[in-house]
Amino acid sequence: MKKLVALLLCGVLAAASLTGCGSSESGENGEVYVYNWGEYIDPETLTMFEEETGIKVVYDEFDTNEAMYPKVAAGSSAYDVICPSDYMIEKMIDNDLLQELNFDNMPNAKANIGAQYYEQSKAFDPENKYSVPYCWGTVGILYNTNMVKEPVNSWSILWDEKYADNILMQSSVRDAFMVALKLKGYSMNSVDASELTDAKDALIAQKPLVQAYVIDQVRDKMIGGEAAIGVIYSGEAIYTQRENPDLEYVIPKEGTNVWIDSWVIPKNAPNRENAEKFIDFMCRGDIALMNFEYITYSTPNTAAQALIEDEDIRNSKIAFPDLSQYSGLETFSYLGEEGDELYNSLWKEVMSE
Amino acid sequence: MNKKLLSAPFLFWSALFIIIPLCMVFYYGFTDKDGAFTLSNIMAIATPEHSKAFFEAVKLSLLSTVICFFLAYPLAMILANLKGKRSSLIALIFILPMWMNFLLRTLAWQTLLEKTGVINSILGFLGLPALNIINTPGAIVLGMVYNFLPFMVLPIYNVLCKIDVNVLNAARDLGANEAQAFLKVTLPLSVPGIISGITMVFVPALTTFVISTILGGSKILLIGNVIEQEFTQTGNWHLGSGLSIVLMMFIIFNMVISAITDKEGDTNAL
Amino acid sequence: MIRNITRKIYICLIFIFLYAPIVTLMVLSFNASKTRSKWGGFTLKWYKSLFENEAIIQALINTLAIAFLSALIATVIGTIACISMQSMKKRNRTILMGVVNIPMLNAEIVTGISLMLLFISLGIKFGFLTVLLAHITFNIPYVILSVMPRMKQLNPSTYEAALDLGASHLKAFFKVVFPDIFPGILSGFVMAFTMSLDDFIITHFTKGPGIHTLSTKIYTEVKKGIKPEMYALSTIIFVSVLALLILVNYTPKKKEK
Repeated sequence: MKKLVALLLCGVLAAASLTGCGSSESGENGEVYVYNWGEYIDPETLTMFEEETGIKVVYDEFDTNEAMYPKVAAGSSAYDVICPSDYMIEKMIDNDLLQELNFDNMPNAKANIGAQYYEQSKAFDPENKYSVPYCWGTVGILYNTNMVKEPVNSWSILWDEKYADNILMQSSVRDAFMVALKLKGYSMNSVDASELTDAKDALIAQKPLVQAYVIDQVRDKMIGGEAAIGVIYSGEAIYTQRENPDLEYVIPKEGTNVWIDSWVIPKNAPNRENAEKFIDFMCRGDIALMNFEYITYSTPNTAAQALIEDEDIRNSKIAFPDLSQYSGLETFSYLGEEGDELYNSLWKEVMSE
Repeated sequence: MNKKLLSAPFLFWSALFIIIPLCMVFYYGFTDKDGAFTLSNIMAIATPEHSKAFFEAVKLSLLSTVICFFLAYPLAMILANLKGKRSSLIALIFILPMWMNFLLRTLAWQTLLEKTGVINSILGFLGLPALNIINTPGAIVLGMVYNFLPFMVLPIYNVLCKIDVNVLNAARDLGANEAQAFLKVTLPLSVPGIISGITMVFVPALTTFVISTILGGSKILLIGNVIEQEFTQTGNWHLGSGLSIVLMMFIIFNMVISAITDKEGDTNAL
Repeated sequence: MIRNITRKIYICLIFIFLYAPIVTLMVLSFNASKTRSKWGGFTLKWYKSLFENEAIIQALINTLAIAFLSALIATVIGTIACISMQSMKKRNRTILMGVVNIPMLNAEIVTGISLMLLFISLGIKFGFLTVLLAHITFNIPYVILSVMPRMKQLNPSTYEAALDLGASHLKAFFKVVFPDIFPGILSGFVMAFTMSLDDFIITHFTKGPGIHTLSTKIYTEVKKGIKPEMYALSTIIFVSVLALLILVNYTPKKKEK
């Protein structure tokens, strides 16, 4: 036993001494601290950025907006660039955590990002002062054509008893309520108590039919044929179709959530100039294309869209739907603490049912 | 050598890294958004959703603790009876699975249990009826037992190893049969290990949220899920802290009771 | 005879229960398809890309270093605490045991956020050190909980006998007490090491930018699907630890006192 411990000790000490060196040198032009979603960038683009600019990228990842927020708000670590989602950006603006961007330093961000995406961003960043769109998408229904023989075009299929125990719902509060609110014809940013109660009752009625409430496992479960219908983000839909051609994605006629994840610079960013260089680099057509191909989430970068070689993807209705064809599209906005609490307590009633 | 002095590093450590953070939790738990004193975060446990989630969690974690105990005790006995160096190797083999990441292991159970998963494929191949356990309380209990079983085995095993064989032999010489020797000697002597084991299984099982999310399909709300949600989704740290305090009090209350039952402690001081 | 067989069957059943998911993970590491739920044929490509992935290797090194150091320091502090607690009055000891258990009682996220706030107010730079401090904190209870039962079983008269025979306190401790509680210390260490390997939430809130452990890597990957490289890495870790165990166990015994 003692020998084992001794062996372990040697191994780990050797490993620890390796960590000591290697990671501390900084780039000739300083550093940039990036805080992004996990697996949300092609690592190759980071290397290219470092080589071209001489700025060292210190890259960090988060798994939910809510796990990111307290770290930035409390200032435990100072990041230069962050990539939160729409409603979270609004919350950060409200709490005075972001600084205005200087678009003159970011020509690519001005030229390459489609105007309609800036237009959409106004839902959470009314004057387009704080954010540059990085990825966007819709939320819709993914269904297995072997199990669902009828045409799917409405959220109401998620309440169809034929598919009892074959339905996957989103487990995050806002996403789940979005489905019910849209079904009932309300706004997904509603804070009206009677509308929300209506939605809550619908969700409770749906619960016996639901196989599981999930976030990220929709993908794996749908590919494996574990369920017939799931609520999913469009970026995942492209990936699941590649793995299982029986799957079909549809945006329901009642409308849905159009979400945007955007680059922002927090107030306490130590390397503001480098941060703008980084954002601008990510907006370059070829770089945005690399990222799109790596993560399969739709890019708002028109230059990159033009560069896509695979015609199926370039014309894909999932990756680049013509949003003018749909009605009832909305983007989440921050509802304030009271709004959040209302949603949360209603959701708890659904979950504990 | 002054024994009191020996406790200094630990006391210092606990004061800095345990007591101060704990005070912060209490601060949040007893205040509202404006920083005014309130009991509402504590009383929130009484609302139907919260109390249901609480009792559900108590029920499932008690059940898994009991199952863990009945699985672990015989195992620990068998291991303790294997003489020599090999027994510690085998004991290590039983915690080795824990060196694989918790999330990966739990996801692996999902792969095994799913409707179209590995176990059902095997059952189907053998012409047996499918097992429909995924997304039920049963799957959550299974996940808890799986993840926390080693915490029950180790302390019991440690204690059993230390029991003097002569005491057992004496009991037998005095006419006790196997069952009596076990009930009158082995079991009482292993109580400290059992208590450690129960604490180490029951407490994490009570506060878990990952297992109920992955194996229970989030269809059953546990108090751990509620607390986690307050912190990560609503951002209402006050309510989250208040509910944690209730949970903490509940566990401390139980431990005090077990400490009173554990009278052994006094006579054996070093 | 029958008893022996029953025992073996019992051990085997538990063994299967504990290892079924591990085997699943190992099989998945050879799966050519990127998803968990589909078998796409046998491949070794994940192993190859694992070794080319510097970030994962760096995360592995960090994880091991943090797990080892935190477990070691926690074991020292915890064991000393156990010894000192033995000589305390029962009431003080009960209070202290209560304190010991607090990190286990709190939901992890509560511990994580409160430690983060503490480090901010102390002005410590977030990085390796803060993660290490946090891990030591939540590891101590596991050490104490496994050393304590052994301690309670000690016969105090052997220690006193050693003193009477002229041994110093220190010598008496290392010659008499230590060997008796060593298995408890060891299992405490192993448990602490294990807990540290697995922790995600507390690490997330106490780490600085650019520092990764395997858990933080795996959890952030969940959103886009866990990369099969992680399965490959788990398999390698598992197999090498197992090999190490067997090696240590079967090397011919040299003379150990």
